[in-house]
Parts: sequence; structure tokens; C-alpha cells
Amino acid sequence: MIRSTHLPLLITLATFVLAYALCASAYPAMLSWRVIANLLTDNAFLGIAAVGMTFVILSGGIDLSIGSVIAFTGVFLAVILRDTSIHPLVAFALVLTLTTGFGAAMGATIHYLEMPPFIVTLAGMFLARGAAYVLSTESVPITHEFYDTLQGLYWKVDGARFRLIGGLMVLTFLVGIITAHRTRFGQNVYALGGGEQAAKLMGVPVARTTIGIYAVSGGLAGLSGIVFSLYTSAGYSLATVGVELDAIAAVVIGGTLLTGGYGFVAGTFFGILIMGLIQTYIVFDGTLSSWWTKIVIGGLLFAFILLQKGLTWAAQKRAAQARRRTATGSAALS
Amino acid sequence: MSSPPVGPRPSILKRIMPQLLILGVALALNVAVFPEFFQIDFRNGRLFGNLIDVLNRGAPVALLCIGMTLVIATKGIDLSVGAVMAIAGAVAAAMVVEGHGWGTAVLAALAAGGLCGLWNGFLVAVLRIQPIVATLVLMVAGRGVAQLVTEGKILTFDNPGLIHLGAGTVAGVPTPILIWLALAALVTFGVRKTALGMLIEAIGINERSSRLAGINSRVLLICVYLVSGLCAALAGVIVAADIKGADANNAGLWLELDAILAVVIGGNSLLGGRFSIIASLIGALIIQSVNSVILLSGLPPEFNLVIKALLILGILVIQSPRIGNFIYLLRASGPQPQPEPPHSTQEEAAR
Repeated sequence: MIRSTHLPLLITLATFVLAYALCASAYPAMLSWRVIANLLTDNAFLGIAAVGMTFVILSGGIDLSIGSVIAFTGVFLAVILRDTSIHPLVAFALVLTLTTGFGAAMGATIHYLEMPPFIVTLAGMFLARGAAYVLSTESVPITHEFYDTLQGLYWKVDGARFRLIGGLMVLTFLVGIITAHRTRFGQNVYALGGGEQAAKLMGVPVARTTIGIYAVSGGLAGLSGIVFSLYTSAGYSLATVGVELDAIAAVVIGGTLLTGGYGFVAGTFFGILIMGLIQTYIVFDGTLSSWWTKIVIGGLLFAFILLQKGLTWAAQKRAAQARRRTATGSAALS
Repeated sequence: MSSPPVGPRPSILKRIMPQLLILGVALALNVAVFPEFFQIDFRNGRLFGNLIDVLNRGAPVALLCIGMTLVIATKGIDLSVGAVMAIAGAVAAAMVVEGHGWGTAVLAALAAGGLCGLWNGFLVAVLRIQPIVATLVLMVAGRGVAQLVTEGKILTFDNPGLIHLGAGTVAGVPTPILIWLALAALVTFGVRKTALGMLIEAIGINERSSRLAGINSRVLLICVYLVSGLCAALAGVIVAADIKGADANNAGLWLELDAILAVVIGGNSLLGGRFSIIASLIGALIIQSVNSVILLSGLPPEFNLVIKALLILGILVIQSPRIGNFIYLLRASGPQPQPEPPHSTQEEAAR
């Protein structure tokens, strides 16, 4: 029998397959490798950031700062590669340290000052966006031969190019899945999402886990920023506004409960693909306007929230029934 | 949250003192960078001055935070107000462009905002979806709907009646100031001169027990989100009227965050319960005064967000429960009148 915790994931998967089948029946050209390769490449930065968001939401928190951190990373890389002669790999390491530290600082503020994650990461969002503005308000192009090398890497299948950044996203998801389900940190995240008080009583190191979660989210937002700079070959402080909302939407469509404690990193992967598919369909159609993307994603979001609500309600009802049955059973025994 | 204290309410002045102090500091900073800050002129039948500007430019956030205060008092949050602003602005502009009068346009915009509020209220109160998620749906989809109304263009209009709402004056005072002051007075009296305010606080403190006490929390919750939607619609109309056009992409962008911030700076707990609309409005003015300092000081506008973020962090740290405890302990461990040492009474008894 299918366990009810797996049901949201399966429904996400079914939605993706159904959506793809519908798209393919309307436009047979969408069945090509090229479309799949582009789906991975175009959504790479969003996917990497969404992995971090999945961990944050699994723990019952929220991180509004990732869009700004992605923009900051891009501008930081562009400025540092323009003004200094250090190697991009060193710059990558530098910016990843910076964003991970930024996330950890937000996590520490949330835990030690007992402030809601919503407000702390909101301040973080302003701070990171502001730092990007201070570095540069203009779009700074990146022209480094190492970037050209990285952008030139691809694996060719039937004329379709699976690029490096798409591969990086898939790799991030694999590492995320293993971390969530096979490590102590992952178990702690789930425990924290189930209830902080209970987690504390179970012996989960709440401080270390909270700081770790936001550090992971910050670090992955940094990685996403690197991927975005590879994707656009530029750093711009006004870029990726509202990406945090797309990431939250992908996580919810992926079947993760926004109250925390239930969900799968793999679900987020299909959430990203579904959102990418909607965009691809609109491009293929050509007559639909771009704002339909937002409306359809909003509708999907609503449908999945309703689904989660129904499942929680059913689970509660079943639990209540079971309790009643045991109660009458014990009464009959005595 | 703790149970509401019994007895008369502490005086309103004492409640809003910290906010007034912060506002005073912000205004003093304004004077420091621009000595003529408080100077107000009357020219061409209109008041001019930086102080008037702060009140005028702060109108959208002030309007939003009236509704947001009520929503947050019920332990909720409304993320969709920015998108609702865009929808309302788009509806008003579309009506005027089609040749309707400005009154009809404003009514249609209010109806659209009210509908959005009802939708949020329905999700929260009837379907029992947590507010941050429920309003996220409209936040994501709302801008798409607004673009659907304007067909992706920036709808411009030149209807004098509608423009008057955003850029005109009544007896020399810019209309937006009058609108937000009037609405604030209306809502404050509405909730404070009746039991509504107390009922809203009861829902925020403990919804279950408030329902057991006989409060129709479902209807009240829907009403609160409805008010928030209407406030957002009014703010959207003002913003559209100010620029003589409806921009579905940028109208009210990130204003939901400013509104939430104003409520938090106003000392209202995000966990619901006791609220003060006046304190939230002062919070909105603080945000606008800070914007004005950065503008007047001639700092590059790039620093605007960084300064704002640091300021928010500062205010939040001061208000955080942990720091509050720390200050309380500091005070308690300081010098204070010692109780009578017991041995003296023993001595007296011995004597």
C-alpha cells in the first residue's frame, strides 16, 4: 500500500508526467532531447536555490533572502573578476564562504534572539540586495576565458547539449536527497520541523541544526548565483528579484508541507520541472502571454495546498478513529 | 501569548512612547542633514515642505499597515497586499480608459480589492490554511491577474477626478494624506469604540478558546482580510493616480514587506494579540522618514537598502524577547531597595 507521506510526491510526479504528455500531444516537438536539456539548463539556478529552500521549509522556517543573495553573488563575481586578477575558482570559493557565513549569521540571529525567520531573512534580503547595489548598480559583463571554458562544457545527445550547470543542478539534488534521508543532519531537520520543543527533548542540537540549515540555504544560494553568472555571463544587482517566491512555489508543488516536517527533496526537483514545463509550453504556443505563467503557477500552488490540507485532515480523522477504536476496545476488555 | 491584563488599558501615550522616540530621532536626523526640514510653505494653493512630503509619500504604506495591523493581530499575515494594489490600480485605470467616471472606477477597484480580501479570508478562515501560505497564492498569481487586466501594457489615463486622488489637494493638503488619516481614524474608532478590537485580539491570543467563548472567529477573520484587501485597493488607486498610469509589474512591489515592517516597528507582535493601529502608523512614518534622511543627506541611493536593513535589524534586536529578558535581568540585579534583613527583627525580638 502507498504510504500517505509518499502520496504528495507521487501526485507531483503524476502531475509532471501528465503535463508533459499534454504538452507533447499538443506539440510533438516537445518530446525531443533538446527540450529536456534546455529545461535543465534554464532552471539550473532556480533548482539549486530550491534545494536549500527545501531544507529551510522542512525545518518549519522560511528564507526570503535567496533572490538577493543570488544577485549579490553575481555582482560580487563580476566586480572582482573585472577589478582584480584572481582566478575565478578562488573567487567562487570566496563568495561561497561569504554567502554561507551570511546564512549562518541569519540562522544564529533566528535561534539566539528568538526572532521569527520571516522577519530576519527579510532584513537579510534587504541587506544582500543593498550590498549588491553598493558594489555596482549597472550590469557588469564577465569576460574571463575560464568562464568561456566552463560554458563550453557539454555532453551532446542527439544534437541536444546537456550543459555543465544543468548537471550541477542534478548533482545538487542528489547530494540534497542523500543529506536529507541518510545523514544525522537531515534527520535533525525533519525533527525540528515536526516541533522544536519535541526535537529539543529528543536531544536534537537545535542551535547547531538551525544555524546549519540557514548556512546550507545561504551557501546553495551562493552556488546558484555562480550558476546564474555562468548562465548570463554578467552580474546585475536588479537580477533575480522574486526568485525566493518561485523557489517556495517549487517546494510546495513538490509536495513539501509548508508547516515543516514532511516532504522530499526529490519532490522539489519535479516541482522545478513542472514550472519550467509551463514556461516552455507558453514559449511553444507563442500566442499565450507571459503573465499566464504566474496565474497557472498560482493555480497549481493553490491545488497543491488544498491537496496537503485534505491529506492532513484525512490523517487526523484516521488517527481519531483509531483512538476511538482502541478506547472502545479497552472498555470492552474491562 | 500571555493572557490580557485585567483592568484599565495602559495609557496610549505610554504604549506608543518608544515609537515616538524613534520617530523623533529619525526626524532629528532629517533636520541634521537638512536644516529647513520643518519649514512648510503655502504656495499656489498647496502646502509645500519636506514634512508634508513624508506624510504624502508614506500614504501607501500607511494605508496598507492599517489592514495589516488587524491581520497580524489575529496571528495572521497578508503577503498579497502588493499584488492586490497592482490589481486595484489596473482595474481603476481600465475602467477610466473605457470611459467610466472616476467614482465608478474607484468603486470597481475597491470591489476588486474586497474580492481578493474575501478570497484570502475564505482560505484562512474556512479552509484553515495557514495565512502565510494562503496569501502567497494571491501574491504569486495576483500580478499575473493585474497584467491580464492591463494586457501587459502600462495603462495611462488622464481622468482629472482619478488623478486628483493621488496628486491633488483639498484645502491645500495633498489628498493622499487626508485619505489615510480619515481611514485610520475610521478603522481605529471602529475597533476601539466597539468590542471588535477586543474580539480580534482574542482570536490572535488563542483562536480555539475565543471560539469556545462564543466569538464567531470565522466571520471575523474573513472581515479582517476583507479590510486588508480594501486598504490595499485604496493604496493601489492612489499609487496609480499619482503616476497617472497602472503598472502591473511594479505597482506596490515589495510594499507588503514595508507594511509588515511598519507593523513590527510599531511594537505589534507577529504572534498576534494586542495591537495598536496608531503605533503601526508611526512605524510607517518612521520608515518614510528614514527614506527621507537617506535622500536628503545626498548619500548615494545605493546605500538606501543597506541602511534600511541595518536599521530594521537594530530595531528588531531591541524588541526581541531574549534581549528584553536580558534588560529585565540587568535591571533586577542592579541596586534596589533591599528588604529588611531578618536578623534585625530577631534582635528586636531579643530585646
